[in-house]
Amino acid sequence: MKKAIKGNHAVSHGVRLSKVGVISAYPITPQTTIVEALSEMCAGGELDARFIKVESEHSAMAALIGAATAGVRTFTATSGNGLLLMHEVLHWTAGARLPIVMATVNRAVSGVWNIWAEQTDSLAQRDTGWIQIFCESSQELLDGVIMAYKLAEKVMLPVMIAYDAFFLSHTTEIVDIPDQEPVDRFIPPYVPPVSLSFDNPRMFGGFFATDYFYEHRYTLQLAAQEALAYYPEVCREFTRDFGRTYDLIETYRTEDAEIILVTAGAITSVSRIAVDQMQGRGVRVGLMKLRLFRPVPVDCWRKALEKATKVVVIDRNLSVGLGGIFASEIRSVLYGSAHRPPIYSVIAGLGGRDVTPEDVEGILNHVIAQDKPSDAPLFWGLKK
Amino acid sequence: MQKKFEIPRQVLVEQDLMQPGITSCQGCAAPLSMKIALKALGERTVVVFPACCFAVFVGGYPYSSLKVPIIHCPFETSAVVASGAAAALSVRGEKDTVVMVWAGDGGTFDIGMQALSGAAERNENILFVCYDNEAYMNTGIQRSSATPMGAWTTTTPEGCIKEESKKDIEQIMLAHHISYMATASAAYPDDMFKKFQKARGISGMKFIHLLSACPPGWRIDPAHTIKIMRLATQTNVFPIYEVCKRPVSADTEQITEEWQYTINVFPEKNVPVGSYFKSQGRFGLMTDEMIQSTQKRVDRKWQELVEKAG
Repeated sequence: MKKAIKGNHAVSHGVRLSKVGVISAYPITPQTTIVEALSEMCAGGELDARFIKVESEHSAMAALIGAATAGVRTFTATSGNGLLLMHEVLHWTAGARLPIVMATVNRAVSGVWNIWAEQTDSLAQRDTGWIQIFCESSQELLDGVIMAYKLAEKVMLPVMIAYDAFFLSHTTEIVDIPDQEPVDRFIPPYVPPVSLSFDNPRMFGGFFATDYFYEHRYTLQLAAQEALAYYPEVCREFTRDFGRTYDLIETYRTEDAEIILVTAGAITSVSRIAVDQMQGRGVRVGLMKLRLFRPVPVDCWRKALEKATKVVVIDRNLSVGLGGIFASEIRSVLYGSAHRPPIYSVIAGLGGRDVTPEDVEGILNHVIAQDKPSDAPLFWGLKK
Repeated sequence: MQKKFEIPRQVLVEQDLMQPGITSCQGCAAPLSMKIALKALGERTVVVFPACCFAVFVGGYPYSSLKVPIIHCPFETSAVVASGAAAALSVRGEKDTVVMVWAGDGGTFDIGMQALSGAAERNENILFVCYDNEAYMNTGIQRSSATPMGAWTTTTPEGCIKEESKKDIEQIMLAHHISYMATASAAYPDDMFKKFQKARGISGMKFIHLLSACPPGWRIDPAHTIKIMRLATQTNVFPIYEVCKRPVSADTEQITEEWQYTINVFPEKNVPVGSYFKSQGRFGLMTDEMIQSTQKRVDRKWQELVEKAG
């Protein structure tokens, strides 16, 4: 059924169709409308789940430690400061191998308040062990939630679905909402490999001394590798059942491209327009959209960029003291590659500043005029 | 005076959900308290541990000294992790289970307070037990907000012993309108057993505050744990009582009508608080003046309790 809905509600429908058992959440703009809708779905009987209305985001994630350990499918959502408050528990849930799915509506965080789009909040959780998937459209959000449960429950790692505040969370788009029956076939009821039981009592999350902890961390790395290997299968099955495709990355007009623009999230949509306009003027520019960001699909990124003469990475995020986080990740991946094109790191749109197709064209024209990238990132569109 | 033990013999002797392997310090009251608690609660109990002494000495991977499922969790999260587990068990359709948090005073009075307050306000169907050894013993005897006035700790050393009163956790919990609140001590095992049994049958949030002697932290002989905990009650420093919710009729406007206080252990004679403080090295820096003013405070609080219990 096709419906015009907001990005946040696309997530809510994905959660409803995934038949989660326990939801735990705390309100924060711009995430709030996801859980408001879920709250109504629970009250109206469309979703048979327990909704725990906790007193903080730290507790929102912690409640799911208990629920997921007891073997139930779980969901939460947050943004910005809420995600940062969860940080400790994110490490815990990944280390405890709990297949929680969370929507993170990317919002700026800093010493002054801002509720608008920026990806630094999710990227600051890069090393927690969570799988991270960045989305660009409402359809991708709904489908992404359903796919996330399949991936999480196979490899027993939590999955974060990340997307831009307001540009995506509060924008209405037409979304194809699947029927329940094919979703039930795609993700059958969750049966945990090990779960809390009174017949066979186990200890979860106990004390690991120097004799086993190192191996425990290594199993996390193996699980992430398994996630990378399994992700294409999830996509194939999803395409088979629902007709939509979500590969590790998405490329656009890269076949003959000399310059490849790299983006993640909503900036991708405006970048496509800029690419079309510049291609129309004979500029050989293409686009690579990042989707799976943790684990890093190293081979896939290298292959997509193997013919580029210049790579331009636009980051709506900032690692203070270095630059764009996606840019430094791309740089790190390409360092070991036979082909090492120059990488132009561009910061744009922090705190929800609009980035238009004209901005992206401006960025590309700036890069075209350069012989080589500078060490420092370009801060595009700063007011004088 | 020889008193007959009231815990059923079968439960006392045979139903034991603890097994060898506890690596606590000698004379630690916490394992004994856990033994009694699990006897009363039975095998369909989930124990949630935040960071605390017990989380360590219950056994490191791959060993456990409890024969019930255990969930470990970050320090400040135990009450909400238990809420999540209880919700999931109800989604699973599991009946006749109990989810019990077993937290130290740090994980209750201090870092655990926010999640505890949230769970209490939501009246989650969990049993929260604080085994209160009155300082951060696991990290080596640092002051907590449960440390009594006048106590030495490694962060309240000679020259700056603790000047502030112990936080009144029992009143804080009652202010959340929870379903059941009790204090207990392994020095009175019958009473403790009955309270855990009672808590098991009450739905909603239950809170049990246990005094839990710590020989290294209290600077006492490990053989004197029970004797000193009994002294805490006999001097009224740690009164043993319970508070049940009374059914409130619609026309009742007075909030004080909500509670039924019962004092479970009355001191056998009038023992001055000085005998409790002088039995422990941690109070060695208290002056007689401080002990006298503490006596007044303890007397006043006891009087209030007696009045509430009617």
